[in-house]
Amino acid sequence: MKHLISPLDLSVRELEEILNLGQAIMKTPEKYSHVCEGKKLATLFYEPSTRTRLSFEAAMLNLGGKVLGFSSADTSSASKGESVADTIRVISSYADICAMRHPKEGAPTVAAMHSGIPVINAGDGGHNHPTQTLTDLFTIKELTGRLDNLTIGMCGDLKFGRTVHSLINAMVRYENVRFILVSPNELKIPDYLRQEVLETCNIDYIETNELEKYMPELDILYMTRVQRERFFNEEDYIRLKDSFILDAEKMKYAKKDMYVLHPLPRVNEIAAEVDNDPRAVYFKQAKFGVYVRMALIITLLGLSV
Amino acid sequence: MLNISGLNEGIVIDHIQAGGAMKIYEYLNLEKLDCQVAIIKNARSSKMGKKDIIKIEGPLDIDLNVLGVLDHNITINIIKNNRIADKKFLELPDTVTNIIKCKNPRCITSAEQEVPHKFKLTDREKRIYRCVYCESKFKGN
Repeated sequence: MKHLISPLDLSVRELEEILNLGQAIMKTPEKYSHVCEGKKLATLFYEPSTRTRLSFEAAMLNLGGKVLGFSSADTSSASKGESVADTIRVISSYADICAMRHPKEGAPTVAAMHSGIPVINAGDGGHNHPTQTLTDLFTIKELTGRLDNLTIGMCGDLKFGRTVHSLINAMVRYENVRFILVSPNELKIPDYLRQEVLETCNIDYIETNELEKYMPELDILYMTRVQRERFFNEEDYIRLKDSFILDAEKMKYAKKDMYVLHPLPRVNEIAAEVDNDPRAVYFKQAKFGVYVRMALIITLLGLSV
Repeated sequence: MLNISGLNEGIVIDHIQAGGAMKIYEYLNLEKLDCQVAIIKNARSSKMGKKDIIKIEGPLDIDLNVLGVLDHNITINIIKNNRIADKKFLELPDTVTNIIKCKNPRCITSAEQEVPHKFKLTDREKRIYRCVYCESKFKGN
C-alpha cells in the first residue's frame, strides 16, 4: 500500500503519471465522475484549514465518492487523549483512504505505520505539505509545458515556508532548474537546504534581497508571505517589507510569459492590482489543486480509469 | 595522578569526549551490570586534551555500535589476559530505536509518549541521523 507523506515519496515517473492523469481529468472531468463510487475519504484535520480540506473533499465528491471526518482536534477523540496510531486503526475500518493534517511534524508518518488504508499528508506542522507541492508542479507544468529548463524565483519567507522547501526538493530532480531566492537576510533558506540539497545537487542558485533586479530572468515567481513576527525588530520589518510586496510596478520588469504562483492565503504580499494581470495564476493554481488531488486519490486507491 | 588498575578481561571504551562518560553509562544501561565499572573523567589525552574512559570488567555481550551514533571519536578495546585482544571498529547502524531522542518540540514524539524515538542514517560519510518522523538532524558529539 502506498502513502504520500513527503513529496519525495513519489519517483519522477510516478509524479509524471499523476500530473498526466490530473491533466486528463481537467480536460474531461465527466469521464471520472463515477470512478470513486462506493469509496470514502476520511479527512482527519487536527487543526483548522479551509482550502486544503475543502480541496480534498471537492476532489473526492467530483470522483463520485463520499467524505467523512473532523476539522479540528477539539471535535475528535484527540481531545480525549487518543493517539494518532489508535485513531488511524479505527478510521481504517470506516474509510478507504484518508487525508491527515496535524500540527505535529511526523504525525502522518506514525499514521501510515499503523494504517490499513492509504494516508495522504495534508500538512504536518512546518514539515511537509506534499499535495501543495503536487499542485505547484501541476501548475508549472500546465502553464509552461515543462518542469525542466526553468528559472524559478522564490520570494518572501524562505526560512519557515514549508511549501518553498518542498518545491525546491521536488524541482532539483529536473534538468537545468535555477533558483533566485529573494528574501530578507533573516528569512533565507535553512542551511540544510543550501548544503544538503542545492549544493549537493550542483544547482545554480542566487540569494538576494532585490526582486526587481532578477525579475526579467524569471519563468516562475513563487510568492510567500513575510510575517511581521518573523523579524527581530520592527525597524527591519518596516525597512524590508515593501521589498517583498509584488505590485503592478514590479510586474513591469517581468517576462510576458512569467507566472506568479502563491500557495495562499495571501495577505498583503501581492497587491490586489496584480490579480487582474493574466500572469497572476494563484487562483487558477487553487483550482488545479483539486484536479491533482483527484489524480492522487485514484492512484493511491489503485483504481483503473 | 589517579591510578585505576588494569583489566584482566573486559572492555575499555576510550576517547570519550570529556564529560560524556555518564551519558554513555546510561545509554548502555551499565547500572544494571553486576560487575566492576570504572568511570574515569577528564583523563589527560595528547590527542584530545581531556577525555573520559569507561572500563568494564568481565566478558560482555552488549551492542556497542550505538556508541558510534553518540560520539564518533570513541574507540573500543577488548581486553583478554591483560592484553588488548581486539580493537573494535564501530559500524553505524542503519536505524536506531529509543537510543537517542528527537529534540524537536514540534515532532510528534514530543506529544505522544508511546511513539518510539526512531532515527535513520541518512548520510554515512557525514554520520547524519534524522528522525524518521520530522526529519530533524540528531546532533551527537
